[in-house]
Amino acid sequence: MTHISVTVDGTTYEDEVEPRLLLVHYLRDRLGLTGTPIGCDTSNCGACTVELDGASVKSCTVLAVQADGCEVTTVQGLARDGEWTALQRAFHERHALQCGYCTPGMIMAARDLLRENPHPTPDEVRKGLEGNLCRCTGYQNIVRAVLAVAEGETAPADQAASAQEVTA
Amino acid sequence: MIPPAFDYARPTSLDEAVRTLAEAGEDAKVLAGGQSLLPLLRLRLAFPELVVDVGRIPELRGIREDGDTLAVGALTTHHDVIHDPLVRRHAGLLAQATETVADPAVRHRGTLGGSLAHADPAGDLPAVVLALDAELVAVGPRGRRTIPAREFFADYLQSTLAPDELLVEIRVPKREGWGFHYEKFHRVAQSWAMVGVAALVRRDDGHIAEARIGLTNMGATPLRASAAEEALTGAGDAEAVARAAQSAAEGTRPSRDASASPEYRAHLARVLTKRAVLAAAGMG
Ligand SMILES: Cc1cc2nc3c(=O)[nH]c(=O)nc-3n(C[C@H](O)[C@H](O)[C@H](O)COP(=O)(O)OP(=O)(O)OC[C@H]3O[C@@H](n4cnc5c(N)ncnc54)[C@H](O)[C@@H]3O)c2cc1C
Ligand code: FES
Ligand code: FES
Repeated sequence: MTHISVTVDGTTYEDEVEPRLLLVHYLRDRLGLTGTPIGCDTSNCGACTVELDGASVKSCTVLAVQADGCEVTTVQGLARDGEWTALQRAFHERHALQCGYCTPGMIMAARDLLRENPHPTPDEVRKGLEGNLCRCTGYQNIVRAVLAVAEGETAPADQAASAQEVTA
Repeated sequence: MIPPAFDYARPTSLDEAVRTLAEAGEDAKVLAGGQSLLPLLRLRLAFPELVVDVGRIPELRGIREDGDTLAVGALTTHHDVIHDPLVRRHAGLLAQATETVADPAVRHRGTLGGSLAHADPAGDLPAVVLALDAELVAVGPRGRRTIPAREFFADYLQSTLAPDELLVEIRVPKREGWGFHYEKFHRVAQSWAMVGVAALVRRDDGHIAEARIGLTNMGATPLRASAAEEALTGAGDAEAVARAAQSAAEGTRPSRDASASPEYRAHLARVLTKRAVLAAAGMG
């Protein structure tokens, strides 16, 4: 067993874990944060995407011990006081999901994309979400949702709250 | 899928890492970004007793200039390679090829050193360091040694690193004024190369004075297309490049798998070499 200290969605956890425990299993099975799903288990689908110290990673391809001392953000840590971020709202409003299985990973990957490239072209959105597979939507509405946020049709992720104040 | 049980060590310095590996012997495995090793562990294709996580050794990360050479720490992530201004200026081929590796999340974790030590002939970066004539620096209990890229890849998934050696640095000669292009053929987004061609071209007076070509997935190791390199010398137009590219598959031994026959791979090598060289030479 190895001791780890990980901050997940703002809460710090101290735990003893087996070195072989995958981060996604730690989040789901140990912390009960089942908002992050497992899609493929072969590192291909991106459903399990979370942020590790501010960068997107596939949590099925990271050991919990590698996250020791780090900050993890899951899709469950995005909303503030029950208010969705702009990306979450855009996915909802633009029908960017059907079954929703890929959605947590898509949203985490899209956050990463917009952080690196706040004004992507449709092509750049597709490239940026290359590691995330969706079996339902055909991607069109996912791309539209991300572009809508980039174009400010919904406020950028981290400014959602202040933008609401402005429009209120 | 759950990996087999293993012990875990996370050295914080290079010395400690080398000592830990030396003590553990053959049963230890180095963990860098984990983007190849963790999938192997999950599939239970590897059974190390000890995993030595070198991901927190600061001296192995980062890129610096060293005279005519760019020194890239083995633990530098694909993401950092792509965004580094020095790499963009002096080793554009490496940046361009790295952009085609996997997807953003994998590139946040995966490292240049890991990609080379993994020695997968379908990996994009082995052929690139071969074309660039890079040198790989390894450190082990017997000290430090420098391995030319052409002597680093031994066989399928096998490098010439000893089990107790750590790849610490990739030394890339600066290639000022060379044109470059990495041409990768794959079936779907995010998938591995069926074949890839890394081309570097130095032009003189409208003609190709020198060409260096690395081939991805045309054998058990990355290869140089030496016959095509020779034939390209003096080529002055697209037709001459196309003729020279016909010899791109000479001396290769491509494999057969579900997606391609050896003959098809040879065909791809010729077509992609033509495209890569034309783009590198600005003749496209
Ligand atoms: C979905 C997916 C798609 C991918 N697509 C591509 C692709 O298109 N092209 C491509 O080139 N790659 C691709 N990869 C692989 C990716 O580039 C990996 O990052 C890389 O192959 C391994 O780097 P790593 O740092 O993750 O190494 P690890 O997985 O940590 O290690 C890989 C191997 O190298 C050894 N090793 C690592 N670092 C060192 C070192 N410093 N010294 C000695 N030994 C070391 C380890 O012991 C292990 O055997 C893909 C991976 C995934 C998960
Ligand atoms: S479950 Fe992690 S990439 Fe599919
Ligand atoms: S909405 Fe079903 S997988 Fe994307």
